[in-house]
Amino acid sequence: MTDRDTLAQLVDTVRRYVRERLVPLEAEVAETDRIPEQVRREMAEMGLFGMSIPETYGGLGLDMQAEVEIVRELGWASPAFRSLIGTNNGLGSQGLLIDGSEEQKREWLPRIASGELIASFCLTEPEAGSDAASLKTRAVRDGEDYVLNGTKRFITNAPTAGVFTVMARTDPNNKGAGGISAFIVDARTPGISLGRPNVKMGQKGAHICDVIFEDARVPARNIIGGREGQGFKTAMKVLDRGRLHISALCCGTAERLIHESVTFALERRQFGQPIGEFQLIQAMLADSRTEAFAALAMVRETARRFDAGEKIATDAACCKYFASEMVGRVADRAVQIHGGSGYIADYPVERFYRDVRIFRLYEGTSQIQQIVIGRAMLREARGG
Amino acid sequence: MKVIVAVKRVVDYNVKIRVKADKTGVELSNVKMSMNPFDEIGVEEAVRLKEAGVASEVVAVSIGPAQAQETIRTALAMGADRGILIKTDEEVQPLAVAKLLKAVVEAEAPQIVILGKQAIDDDSNQTGQMLAALLGWAQGTFASKVALGDGKATVTREVDGGLQTVELKLPAVVTTDLRLNEPRYASLPNIMKAKKKPIDEKTPADLGVDIAPRLKTLKVEEPPKRQAGRKVASVEELVQALKNEAGVI
Repeated sequence: MTDRDTLAQLVDTVRRYVRERLVPLEAEVAETDRIPEQVRREMAEMGLFGMSIPETYGGLGLDMQAEVEIVRELGWASPAFRSLIGTNNGLGSQGLLIDGSEEQKREWLPRIASGELIASFCLTEPEAGSDAASLKTRAVRDGEDYVLNGTKRFITNAPTAGVFTVMARTDPNNKGAGGISAFIVDARTPGISLGRPNVKMGQKGAHICDVIFEDARVPARNIIGGREGQGFKTAMKVLDRGRLHISALCCGTAERLIHESVTFALERRQFGQPIGEFQLIQAMLADSRTEAFAALAMVRETARRFDAGEKIATDAACCKYFASEMVGRVADRAVQIHGGSGYIADYPVERFYRDVRIFRLYEGTSQIQQIVIGRAMLREARGG
Repeated sequence: MKVIVAVKRVVDYNVKIRVKADKTGVELSNVKMSMNPFDEIGVEEAVRLKEAGVASEVVAVSIGPAQAQETIRTALAMGADRGILIKTDEEVQPLAVAKLLKAVVEAEAPQIVILGKQAIDDDSNQTGQMLAALLGWAQGTFASKVALGDGKATVTREVDGGLQTVELKLPAVVTTDLRLNEPRYASLPNIMKAKKKPIDEKTPADLGVDIAPRLKTLKVEEPPKRQAGRKVASVEELVQALKNEAGVI
């Protein structure tokens, strides 16, 4: 467990960095669709790429409670900055960490933790989104290698990735989750090509694209966990931590939106007084504050129980569902409080309104979270 | 070469200062505290000297309550090697601080002591000068550039008329100005490592220093509210106003 004084200092340092350094760069990043290389270096030096990776492998080894506090701070700035370090701390490293062999961990994790390599996670395909277990990318054993063929879609950080965790079907007779294996794949492997970065609604500066495998040969020793058919289980194990991470991010971004709203409500005058004096504005502010507080309380409590080793899959889904929907509502109110100005790109709320839309979609849509929660409730009621 | 940097725990520069209702000082309860920004510049300079291979050890010293240890930890996270906390809950004025630092300097025998030119809480701008006087050392105050040579330091000072460059014989005292450097953000790995760096704890009595205040604060008040500006119709009226009302020409 990260002790309280150290955590306070970590959080304080990240807060300062985010507010003094990243926030002033937001408009530039949105306009150029590019995070300056200098910022990537600074984030790497600060250790942000390896928060969740144990110290043995060159990371910080933060527990979940510490990670959510730091991610919440990152949420204060444009989410594109968080996205840069997101996959290294989440899906791109955690599968390897949970199910990888010691040799695999030693080979890859230190470079992922230091930010030398960007790690991306390749699960989604053109025809496999929420129904991830139906994925079609094939991995066929050929001597000491596997040969990969297929297309992965919307792969976060793929344009700059140095290493991919790739989910591929090793057993063509098993059409479900049990036929899937996870591979750690060097991005320089011949046979891998990248599509053009997709033009997205928001989060300019963070990039996603297709990753295409055409007879890409991957050494058999790169199968995560050393045997076939474990891949989907590995992916599912990573989800709890990822969902809490995104939930914490939603809390931080909601707090920024509330800050922008209150600031505007105090400055903007109509009918001879600041609009914040009007109770209908106050009601919107109060709703946003209350919801953001509720989400933060959920995230902290669930992170605490995660660190205590409890099963929190259902609660993590509740957090992701509530926090991502919450920040959507908070962003909508922020635009409403700003009035016409909220529709103008000069104000950050216009950009955040678009940025936060993805939170309800990735790492499981809200509807998937509802299903996860609902199914778990029935399973518990049946005593299973 | 050993370097000592003095670091003070002050109200964070982002906090809106409030005067206590009884006018005895400013509100400190539930107020965010952090390292005096000029001291941060001092730590950065010392750490750069170490990184350049000029300094061999950087020692961060703070005087204040137990929580001043956090300020030392920040210095350690930035790259200082060890800390010394002189713990006291009493009010310490610049002369007392200078005397305490003198005692530390005599025990540690550094070649250079770096301090912020002033602390942003009381803006005294006295400690560095007093320390140099007590030690009988050379001083380079308001430094915007420091270059260490063989047994001497070349310090560029920010003075009213521009820049002044002085050469000091070491050992010497240097106080930092804003443009000396841009302090780094401590990295998270270094914050974790700083936990393991040693902090020595002492009291003013251990050092045999009398820290009783020599000055008495009568009252603390907020500055008067600024009045709104007004438009003038002509240059003549402007000159009249500057002369007769503002009294600036």
